[in-house]
This record gives sequence, structure tokens and C-alpha cells, in this order.
Amino acid sequence: MNNKQELQVAALRNGTVIDHIPTDKVFTIVSLLNLQQSTTPLTIGINLLSKKLGSKGIIKVSDRFFSDEEISRLSVVAPNVKLNIIRDYEVVEKKQVVIPEILKGLVKCHNPKCITNNEPMQTIFHVDKEQGLITCHYCGKNQEIDKAKLL
Amino acid sequence: MDNSSFVTIAHHTKEKIMYLLQMAEEFEKCPNRKLLDGRIVATLFFEPSTRTRLSFETAANRLGAKVIGFADPKVTSGTKGETLKDTIMMVSNYADIIVMRHYLEGAARYASEIAPVPIVNAGDGSNQHPSQTMLDLYSIYKTQGTLENLNIFMVGDLKYGRTVHSLLMAMRHFNPTFHFIAPESLAMPNEYKKFCQQNNLEFTEHTELDKEVISNADILYMTRVQKERFTDLMEYERVKDSFLLNNAMLELTKPNMRILHPLPRVNEIAYDVDDNPKAYYFQQAKNGLYAREAILCDVLGITLDDIKR
Repeated sequence: MNNKQELQVAALRNGTVIDHIPTDKVFTIVSLLNLQQSTTPLTIGINLLSKKLGSKGIIKVSDRFFSDEEISRLSVVAPNVKLNIIRDYEVVEKKQVVIPEILKGLVKCHNPKCITNNEPMQTIFHVDKEQGLITCHYCGKNQEIDKAKLL
Repeated sequence: MDNSSFVTIAHHTKEKIMYLLQMAEEFEKCPNRKLLDGRIVATLFFEPSTRTRLSFETAANRLGAKVIGFADPKVTSGTKGETLKDTIMMVSNYADIIVMRHYLEGAARYASEIAPVPIVNAGDGSNQHPSQTMLDLYSIYKTQGTLENLNIFMVGDLKYGRTVHSLLMAMRHFNPTFHFIAPESLAMPNEYKKFCQQNNLEFTEHTELDKEVISNADILYMTRVQKERFTDLMEYERVKDSFLLNNAMLELTKPNMRILHPLPRVNEIAYDVDDNPKAYYFQQAKNGLYAREAILCDVLGITLDDIKR
């Protein structure tokens, strides 16, 4: 079983492998990175065995390399995913998700009376990494980052 | 985006606060100064607030400005589905400054980011009401001669009371000792107690208002205990009369002590207090005029030197 899994990963010639995704977050990440619109080969694996997570998901995208901004978008839903950058079948770089200082247009404010929930506008949150909190730039209300709802 | 807007005073430095208070002091000496002659002030009240609106409009008129705007949200295009952005952009074509009251939190910050003219926040939902805080600070400064090292007692609805939260935050520069007097269900929220701890501000909590408790006060800041804030009406009936101030309760208070209230009051201050020289709430409202003249001038780039000239 392990061999098969490795074989699948190794099969990517150029592109990105997003690994260590909690199984239930795989399709959220597909949506966040807009991968459903992808025109290059895309492989999604779920319920794969993982020593760390027990069960994990993996996404392999051919010929796609993500910007740091795109990667930081994953921080809210899956802060522990790892990205392997593959060129000519070799892992040339490993990237981790870094939580940005500011989240723009990604998360919904949980305050129904916040202006962002009533106007066609972008949300902005300030991130407090130590406390695991995000604060709405507009109404000032805090919420826990891991409970935040995506837009 | 316009950085001169007045959206919050939470981030104002001590120097900036003192500077605005000095400006207010100048306006108290002489409120009629034609510093805004030829300018147009728009007052957009998406939520009715007679007191605040009259105060801002009087400030604008005494500075020689013309005032346009609306006091009743029913007459605005918002009811036709117009966005706040569109209303702000439209009014920016006509006015040099927009004074705005809105029922949504964060509306003033957003307006200040999109408007080509400065925005003055006249209250956004339960978020901020910085001009009220300025007039509270001015009232404390004027009655005590300083903002430093005062015993400030806050009474009533400390959970939802926006004015007490803003005042608490603005006072952080001045080493106050706070006393919070409220029914348990309307106690000061933890985030503000945490704020006090982080800023080394001393505070004590009480659940009863009596004359011994307030004997040490320099400022007694009263707020309304509103029936609609209670989820348990039994609790409201139980506590509603416990946070009423009457003249007899002032017996042990210090001579310099003054009673503030953001108004309107309902029954939390008995009418027999009104004649006590320690009652300051009506003068406090008048101070709002000077504080708002200072705010309007400051956001339009008029300095203390310009005022004194």
C-alpha cells in the first residue's frame, strides 16, 4: 500500500504536491486554490495512511506552482500542510504554510452587525499568531482562527 | 483613503488627546469662530441620534460652516438598496467633511477608507463613539484640572455601554484607578478587564451601589440600565432599583467629585441630584459642543495656532 502511494507521488514530473492535509479539508483546499478550474492533470487522494494524522489527504497538481500569497490562504483551514515543489521528478523545494499578518478577503466576520456582512466589500483581519486570534479590521471583534468561517 | 478622519481615539497618543482638549478649551473661551467659513459639513445619520446630531450641527454652525444632511434614515437611498459606499461617494461631491452615524459596526472605518473627504465617526453601532469620549475626557479634565491619577467609578450597564468602554481605553495614558459597579449580568466584559491588566490599570468590581463604595470617587460615571439588555426579566426587576443614585448617597463623597452621564437618563439619577453642585451631566453635554468644534477643525487641518490667532 505504501509503495503504491509513493508511486503516485513520484509520478508527478513537474508541479506541486500538497501533503499532510487533514482528510476533511481536502476539498476546501481544492476550492481555495480554485483547482476545480485546473486544466492540467490533478490527482486527489483522501483517506491515505499517515503516521502523523492517522488518515490524510494529498493533492498533486501538474505544472502548477503556487505563490506565497496563495499558500498563505491555506493557513486558516490547514496550517500544517506541506508543499513539495517537483521539477523533473525531483523534490526541489519544500514549503510550509505561513500564517500572514493580515487576511484579506478570505474569512467571514462572525459579527452579523459588522459592516463587512452588509456591504459588497472585502474583509480584512489582523492575525495574532500567539493567541490564535483574528481581529476584524472594521468592527474590532475577535474570533479564534481555527473556528473562522471561509467566505 | 484619508488618514485625517476621526474614526476612533483608541489609538490616539496622550499628546494628541491633550492637544484636542486644548483646542476644546479655546472654543469654550469663544465658541463662535469663523474658521470653517465657506465649508460644507454633511451630517449623515443612518440611525437617529438627536443629541449627537444637534451637537455636531451646532459646532459646525458656530464655526461658520454650512450644514447639509439627513437625520432620518427613512429618507435616504439606503432604503432603496443603495450601498453605504455609493451614498458616501455621492455626498463627498458636495461636502468638505462627513459626520456620520451608522447602525453597523465598522461603518465609519470603511467610509474613511473610500471617501475622498475626511469622515468623523458620530457612532457606529455598539463599536465606537469617539466624540462622546472626547467630551467625557474634556469634562473630567475641566472639573478635576487634570486627567492623571483619578479614581473613576463606572456605574450601571458596563457590558453593553459603549461610552464606558471607549473612556476606559482612552484613560489608559493617565494612570486611573477604576471601580466597576454593575449587576453581575451587566458586568464589565473580560476583554476590558484584560485590557486594564495589560496596561497596569488598577480596578475593583462591585455589585452594589452605596454611599461607602463611592466615597472615594473623583468621577462617578453613570449609565442607563436598560430593560431590553436583560435576557432574564426577573433579574431586571431585582436589580433595576439598585443602581439608582439619589442625593442622600452623595453625603460622603469628596468635594471635587463630579457626576457624569452620557444622557439620556431615564431614572438612574434622581431629580434631587440635579441641584447638587456635584451633578455635572448637563454641562458635560455642553462640553460636547467644544469637543466637536475641536474635532471638526482638527480633521480639516486647522491647528491650535490657527484657532488662537
